[in-house]
Amino acid sequence: MTTIYEQRPGISRRELLKRGTVGAALIIAGNAVISPDRAWGMETTALKPETMATLIKLARDIYPHDAISDRFYAIAVKGHETKAGTDAAHKTLIEDGIADLDKRAGANGYRGLGWEDDRVAILRDIEATPFFQAVRGDLVVSFYNQKELWPHFGYEGESYSKGGYIARGFDDIEWL
Amino acid sequence: MAAPYDLNDDSVVVIIGSGAGGGTLGNELAQKGIDVVVLESGARHEHEDFINDEWDSFAQLAWLDHRTTGGGWRVAKDFPNLPAWIVKAVGGTTTHWAGASLRFQEHEFRTLSHYGKIDGANLLDWPITLAELEPYYAKAEDKMGVTRTNGIEGLPGNNNFKILKAGADKLGYKECHTGNMAINSADRDDRMSCQQTGFCFQGCKWGAKWSTLYTEIPKGEATGKLEVRPQSHVVKIEHDASGKVNAVVYADKDGKLHSQKARIVAVAGNSIESPRLLLNSASAKFPDGLANSSGQVGKNYMRHTTGSVYAVFEKPVHMYRGTTMAGIIRDEAKHDPSRGFVGGYELETLSLGVPFMAAFLDPGGWGRSFASAMDSYANMAGLWIVGEDMPQEQNAVKLHGELKDQYGMPIPDVWFTDHANDVAMRNHAYQQGQALYEAVGATRSFPTPPYPSTHNLGTNRMSEKASDGVVNKWGQTHDIKNLFVSDGSQFTTGGAENPTLTIVSLAIRQADYIAKEMAAGSI
Ligand SMILES: Cc1cc2nc3c(=O)[nH]c(=O)nc-3n(C[C@H](O)[C@H](O)[C@H](O)COP(=O)(O)OP(=O)(O)OC[C@H]3O[C@@H](n4cnc5c(N)ncnc54)[C@H](O)[C@@H]3O)c2cc1C
Ligand code: SF4
Repeated sequence: MTTIYEQRPGISRRELLKRGTVGAALIIAGNAVISPDRAWGMETTALKPETMATLIKLARDIYPHDAISDRFYAIAVKGHETKAGTDAAHKTLIEDGIADLDKRAGANGYRGLGWEDDRVAILRDIEATPFFQAVRGDLVVSFYNQKELWPHFGYEGESYSKGGYIARGFDDIEWL
Repeated sequence: MAAPYDLNDDSVVVIIGSGAGGGTLGNELAQKGIDVVVLESGARHEHEDFINDEWDSFAQLAWLDHRTTGGGWRVAKDFPNLPAWIVKAVGGTTTHWAGASLRFQEHEFRTLSHYGKIDGANLLDWPITLAELEPYYAKAEDKMGVTRTNGIEGLPGNNNFKILKAGADKLGYKECHTGNMAINSADRDDRMSCQQTGFCFQGCKWGAKWSTLYTEIPKGEATGKLEVRPQSHVVKIEHDASGKVNAVVYADKDGKLHSQKARIVAVAGNSIESPRLLLNSASAKFPDGLANSSGQVGKNYMRHTTGSVYAVFEKPVHMYRGTTMAGIIRDEAKHDPSRGFVGGYELETLSLGVPFMAAFLDPGGWGRSFASAMDSYANMAGLWIVGEDMPQEQNAVKLHGELKDQYGMPIPDVWFTDHANDVAMRNHAYQQGQALYEAVGATRSFPTPPYPSTHNLGTNRMSEKASDGVVNKWGQTHDIKNLFVSDGSQFTTGGAENPTLTIVSLAIRQADYIAKEMAAGSI
């Protein structure tokens, strides 16, 4: 199982500065992907950590919600790491797909492209590929089905235990 | 109290499926003292066990056996293994359904005469009229507790309805209200009233919405004349040398096969499984499948012309709060060819939660346009289009040439392509829906494509002549006297209305007929 852990200790701020990677970019350390603010980290065993970092970026480009942190995108794509661990064909699909993205992006790779529009232009070219379809098809469930995200969308989820909305605003619209 | 019947008991009526058609027929027959065994593929989950979560509920209730789909419709591309969204559980799709319960209009029983011949459409008049069905509609409405009938009050309007109503007023629509819903607006029939939880599609945990699971089935069981056998998946119907059906073979939860003898068999597996079962029951005597001398078994698959319109407003709507479908506009349901198509459509309120909205708003969609739509979820209102689609012979449920299910039976392959009339109707409805929301201040709106089919109809259609269809006006197959079809696959044409009230009315009427014929000894 791939785990996402919060407040990863281990790497000091000084070390991060030494690596010169503080900023918006995800950090790769050993076999882990770590958020720039060190709020969370994720170890990989099947996929390369660079691949995981690019997957996270790709996930955000597919469903860009600027007010939602990378952590939720990481949770959404970690299923590929799990699946790659037992399914060699899936591992190849993902690794090759990411390698292709990097190649199309040029010298600094996909994550090195600063503008979303430039990355999206690449995605438009590959949106019919099995790789993109597999990532997007999984993501639409693994991302939007995270209960922790529902408040962001203003969706309240389960309501039976609260007695439904009969006394909680089913008809409270006032602006009409 | 439920009666257990012996596998060798050849006096029983065996019903395949426990949904709207099968569950109702079973109870109606049991009330008349007739012995009934209902075989149901799915498990029995009582209403307390339903889950207020879209994907979890889907996993609990939906029919997920392997299916394929093809043809020109977008579902074939976006959901290649999910042509239909229907249920495998005791209660069938009446667990998932929203409760909208409308009678057909008079002309919708005779479309061929009323609309005339339409190129590419296999239109046919029903062998029954509205007048013949009216007494049964009345019984069904009473049984199901349909609002705005039998003195039952309408449901209160939720936020989504209020927007719909304001838009309807702006567009000059006259017939807009909170619907004819088989959902209790006050306690009735030992079931409580709607608590506005907003998970009608996930099974009503309060039991406020009618479902055969907690109405017809326990009532039938209480007579001691009805046995429901869950996790009993029928693979084949058998017949004797004279061609009368006499047994059904089913797999239990461990995949073990059993044979249940029967005096009469009624098929009510919904419009994909029912024709599939008849086709899979082919024998030396009936090489094209049971009851298929017309060649119409599986043909004329209809699914209503559907689509949704969602719209975003400057301020919050919270459309998911409250009854999912308690809101309707009926003005466009009439037949008015000046709009560029025959038949009509209803506009009904609809809401999806965030997980399903992401999957269905624009299947395959991504990027800023999609994500910003999702970011506006709280400010969205939504409606569903449901209109009459054209029966077409090539739209069909066929047996897959290669793929088999876990019991070795060919899986169903569902073919569907819109008729030009369907496309014209949908475009008209999209325009009206978008205009309606813009009239009340929508800043953005989305003409959302049809979901996997929730209404599945027509694949064993009713006809006057044996050469035109599969069953007669009683749902009795033209070819085999003691074989009946009791679900929506009987529909000759689809009408603009949600189908379940008609399915239930036909089942009540069929029970009268079966009882009469059994008493007369003719079946
Ligand atoms: C989300 C949703 C909302 C809906 N809302 C509405 C609405 O508001 N109004 C309306 O009128 N309709 C609505 N419908 C449609 C309605 O649910 C169906 O029209 C109705 O339930 C069909 O009844 P049926 O008897 O044909 O089939 P079902 O109710 O689907 O019952 C068929 C049963 O047969 C069983 N079965 C199938 N094959 C076999 C086999 N081989 N052996 C044993 N058992 C088998 C199945 O497991 C199932 O339980 C909705 C449907 C959905 C999915
Ligand atoms: S809104 Fe009403 S009918 Fe729908 S699930 Fe909730 S209580 Fe049941």
